[in-house]
Amino acid sequence: MTDLTKYTLDEALKGMKRGDFTSVELTQAHINACENATELNAFVTTSFEQALEEAKNSDLRRAKGEIGIIEGAPLGVKDLFCTDGVKTTAGSNILDQFEPTYESSVTANMNSQGMVMLGKLNLDEFAMGSSNETSAYGPVINPWKKEENLVPGGSSGGSAAAVAADLCLGATATDTGGSIRQPASFTGTVGIKPTYGRCSRWGTVAFASSLDQAGPIAKTVKDAAILLQSMAGYDEKDSTSLNVAVPDWRASCGKSIKGQRIGIPKEYMIEGMPDDIKILWDKGIEWLEDSGAEIVPISLPHTKYALPAYYVVAPAEASSNLARYDGMRYGLRTNGSDLNDTYARTRTEGFGDEVKRRIMIGTYVLSAGYYDAYYLRAQKVRARIVEDFENAWHKCDTILTPTAPSAPFALGRKVVDPVEMYLNDIFTVTTNLAGLPGISIPAGLNADGLPLGLQIIGKALDEDTVFATASALESAAAFNSKPAKWWIK
Amino acid sequence: MEFFVSNQKNVVNVEDVKKIARLSRLHVEDTELQSLADDLSGILGWIEQLNEVDVDNVKPMTSAVAMKSPMRKDVVSDGGKRDQILKNAPKEDDGFFVVPRSVE
Repeated sequence: MTDLTKYTLDEALKGMKRGDFTSVELTQAHINACENATELNAFVTTSFEQALEEAKNSDLRRAKGEIGIIEGAPLGVKDLFCTDGVKTTAGSNILDQFEPTYESSVTANMNSQGMVMLGKLNLDEFAMGSSNETSAYGPVINPWKKEENLVPGGSSGGSAAAVAADLCLGATATDTGGSIRQPASFTGTVGIKPTYGRCSRWGTVAFASSLDQAGPIAKTVKDAAILLQSMAGYDEKDSTSLNVAVPDWRASCGKSIKGQRIGIPKEYMIEGMPDDIKILWDKGIEWLEDSGAEIVPISLPHTKYALPAYYVVAPAEASSNLARYDGMRYGLRTNGSDLNDTYARTRTEGFGDEVKRRIMIGTYVLSAGYYDAYYLRAQKVRARIVEDFENAWHKCDTILTPTAPSAPFALGRKVVDPVEMYLNDIFTVTTNLAGLPGISIPAGLNADGLPLGLQIIGKALDEDTVFATASALESAAAFNSKPAKWWIK
Repeated sequence: MEFFVSNQKNVVNVEDVKKIARLSRLHVEDTELQSLADDLSGILGWIEQLNEVDVDNVKPMTSAVAMKSPMRKDVVSDGGKRDQILKNAPKEDDGFFVVPRSVE
């Protein structure tokens, strides 16, 4: 029989529709693939028995003609989305035993559209990291390999690795500063962060609430459109959820981009960027031009300040969001000599180093005497970054940039300066600050044969044009490389 | 990426780290204080480049998308979930959370 894990989500949905195979068969094939790939450490928790049960139910629904957008598709869920009755850890010791009694709105939407959930995917602790090395459950290994093991990027490293290794047909992820797009770039997959407010944040473990946004990691642009379609929608339980219609993004893929104006921001040509990435960016420009688009040079003058502004805003919001982990109502508790000592011991034992570091930065920038100098100023700089984009939209409809400033790097690389790791998000963080949609698509390989991504940024709520442009770029790039499955013994 | 690299300055000293740790309800070993002070100084020193931006007459951004806070009726819409709420409690007794004594 054909290997059912080779299909894209779109192909698999069509195959089930034609009756070529059932959801149970498709699910079993992916379970087998997961069982052979434990070395990648992509999952924190698997739920195979439940998945087979869901697949059976999906086949019954299909027989009755009840067919959801992702009916019967075996998918993975980042372990940041609360799932009723299935452990949700956020990659942290502090939630090691946490079993939600409710379902996040995003996964509830997907369940109602027919998702079969294979399990919960590994991630950087509380989504804080760019290499998946801060997880309490150990690092994820990138399916793409040199002599040494490489990181899959982060924070959605498990999601990206699982999709790249054909362990699932697609996965949910979240993006606060680049956590969907950078791992997509590192693993040769597609990842989109939609406009802030498209996907409900309810039931998703919070990191930085004004920046956090859910989206999918997928094998193709069309698959990403299908998945986002099943995730998005207004939710009254999230006060920042946008009460707007969800267009049919599946129809956006393949649309002509003739006459579209594509901005190339000169500030993204940073010093020290590898030549491979510069060359690929130029190729991307050429491909879009050949597809009938018009290339326009633009300027986003405050780009340089996006990362430092982010590293004030995100830790500030994180320090406030993570105050809830006090060992009283749920999560880890480590008893101390009195109440305050119990709080401190619980949090010290429960959180990893990077999370502690960010809580402390956030606490510092919000503390008396420093609020104006750091937090208020960063929020004003953020307004300047939004202004940059608003000015750019007079000249262009979308923006093309590299996704990340490097190819996937070696696991366990010594990082002396935390700021060095933060630079991974240099091209992605601006859209989080401005709330805009951004997609990464695999566009080529570097000299070492490792994948590199290009990013399309769009106007708020204009995912339609983003998908159309990404789809044109995907066709032109014709990226069809896959990692060798070295983990199958 | 030369121009992004942090300029180590002593923004934060050991006493500051102790204070921040206390406010964060985190315990820092004495032996870790100096390296943490260096880390935080590096990050905060790098953040100081925000001072180069002209932000006169700029309103701080508080929300990613321009929208009004939605209002809802002030009525009970959910409840009766005591057992679910207690399910993940580190310690519970007779339908209550059990916590360390906070008032002597």
